Amino acid sequence: MAVMTSERPKVRPPYSGGASPASRRDKLRRKLGDNALGYLFMAAGIACFALFSWYPLVRGVILSFQQVNFVTDPIWVGFDNFKAIFDDPLFYTAWWNTLKFTVLALILGYLVPFAIAVVLNEIRHFKGFFRIAVYLPVMLPPIVVVLLWKFFYDPGNGLFNTVLSALHLPTSDWTQSPKMSMISLVLVSTWANMGGATIMYLAALQNIPGELYEAAELEGASIWQRLRHITIPQMRFIMLVLLLLQIVATMQVFIEPYQLTGTTNPDTITVMVLIYRYAFTVNNDFGLAAAMSVLLFIVLGVFSAVYLRVTRDKD
Amino acid sequence: MTSDTRTLISGTDLNRRRNKVIYYTLLTVLMITFIVVFFFPFYWMVTGAVKHPAELVRPTPTFIPESWHWDTYKLAWEQLNIAHFFLNTLYYAIGGWFVQLLVDVTAAYALSKLRPVGGKLILGGMLASLMLPAAALLVPAYLTVTDVPIFGWNLLNSPWALWLPGAANAFNIYVLKRFFDQIPNDLLDSASMDGAGRVRVLWHIVLPLSRPVLAVVSIFAVIGMWKDFLWPLLVLQDPEVQTLSVALSRLSGTNQVPLTEMLAGLVIASIPMIVVFMVFQRSILGGLQAGSLKG
Repeated sequence: MAVMTSERPKVRPPYSGGASPASRRDKLRRKLGDNALGYLFMAAGIACFALFSWYPLVRGVILSFQQVNFVTDPIWVGFDNFKAIFDDPLFYTAWWNTLKFTVLALILGYLVPFAIAVVLNEIRHFKGFFRIAVYLPVMLPPIVVVLLWKFFYDPGNGLFNTVLSALHLPTSDWTQSPKMSMISLVLVSTWANMGGATIMYLAALQNIPGELYEAAELEGASIWQRLRHITIPQMRFIMLVLLLLQIVATMQVFIEPYQLTGTTNPDTITVMVLIYRYAFTVNNDFGLAAAMSVLLFIVLGVFSAVYLRVTRDKD
Repeated sequence: MTSDTRTLISGTDLNRRRNKVIYYTLLTVLMITFIVVFFFPFYWMVTGAVKHPAELVRPTPTFIPESWHWDTYKLAWEQLNIAHFFLNTLYYAIGGWFVQLLVDVTAAYALSKLRPVGGKLILGGMLASLMLPAAALLVPAYLTVTDVPIFGWNLLNSPWALWLPGAANAFNIYVLKRFFDQIPNDLLDSASMDGAGRVRVLWHIVLPLSRPVLAVVSIFAVIGMWKDFLWPLLVLQDPEVQTLSVALSRLSGTNQVPLTEMLAGLVIASIPMIVVFMVFQRSILGGLQAGSLKG
């Protein structure tokens, strides 16, 4: 519409309205034009969201109460899918493993980047080098990280066991040992992902007003006291945000167990792996997978909602 | 030894002799640790591929290859058909970037400057999707792609299965809209006075002004497409159309690929991302920092 009229050099009504004494009809025409063009411009976006975000959400909930085979019409089965997954012993294993992964990943992946950021913020040399180094793994495709670490974890001739035995330390079967497999997955995941959190912490640290530290120093506060009473309280917001983001991200862990320990290993099967199994391997039961997804959605939704609430208040 | 912003430890404190020693010791330890932890794996990957296959699986790994077989990269590229999957991924990434920009820029412009009736509601609906964890939508989104409602398309094994869901990116729309909001309406008004239509204003004024935000959105779009794994694994099952990540995962499961060629494949899959990082590190790290401060 505007494309057609823009050929003629004609005075167009203003965006903000105020300046020109446009007549009522002009104003109305502008509004109509903007609305039509606006919806034309949003059409593709609305279609993409409707088809691939809003509709799947509804479909997922419906699906969790259905049995589907894509040949005959879906059958409504009430809560049968939920009952079935509650009866599956793997259901509890998967949630327990996911919880374990999340907690371990938080201990490592949440505190380590904070510590690194605090230390790096005091470093006056090679600032660029440290930032690039810590963020480099984040750039790698996750499959590269995971397959590379598979070489390192090899119990026979992997790098880790070689180094450990050279240092006369106990070696491990890593991903193949029931005790170490989960920790192995957490280590890869932390190496690959901690760069993002570190960079964000660094940015937040640089935003702390220097006068606070100067004042505290004049009062005779030690480094630990300054860290405890200035740095950490000033970082509270970003720490909360990253905590929530990280919980949501780590609970959806998939590629590490999928590639390193397999989808059938009860030591590392996670909620996402179980969803994948229900839907895409042996069972091909989309109803079960959808029921599991709905439960995951409810759990993660709580964290997401808190996150949105927290960040909106800040605005 | 000067620093622009005052941090936990003051510059004068650091300049005391004893603290200087501590500082430089710490700096050295950190440098070595960072090199070992973050760069050594790359070195090992690049040189591992060059080793003779027998040397690679020896119980005591060598740190410097005894013989250099650079042709392993060529073999991986040609025989493993890494070239094919590399080009697939490149095509998906560039196409996905274009579709994302086209869909999200127009939508954000409409929401920011044209402000049609009901725009707020639609924006709210889009932003609400940020709350949806990707995992929860996986199964129904997969089923949707196999049979898109209204249109009746089956997008399995088609690039559109990546591009269309990728365009439903609320984060892009939010960032773009916020940037467009800051462009003063007076500026656009004066352009309108000169007879420019809304589309021309977008193309000739808004977009050139938005270069920094477009750069950040573009870079993250390409990185996201290149790194994606689970979704392409599900919707691109035909080996012919697979992405490099999915193909590497499949090849690693066959146990028929020489490990050196596998490593070469991993290196090749990383190169574009490392190049992007080296060229755009300012935008990437800056974008992250800006994101963290605004929340």
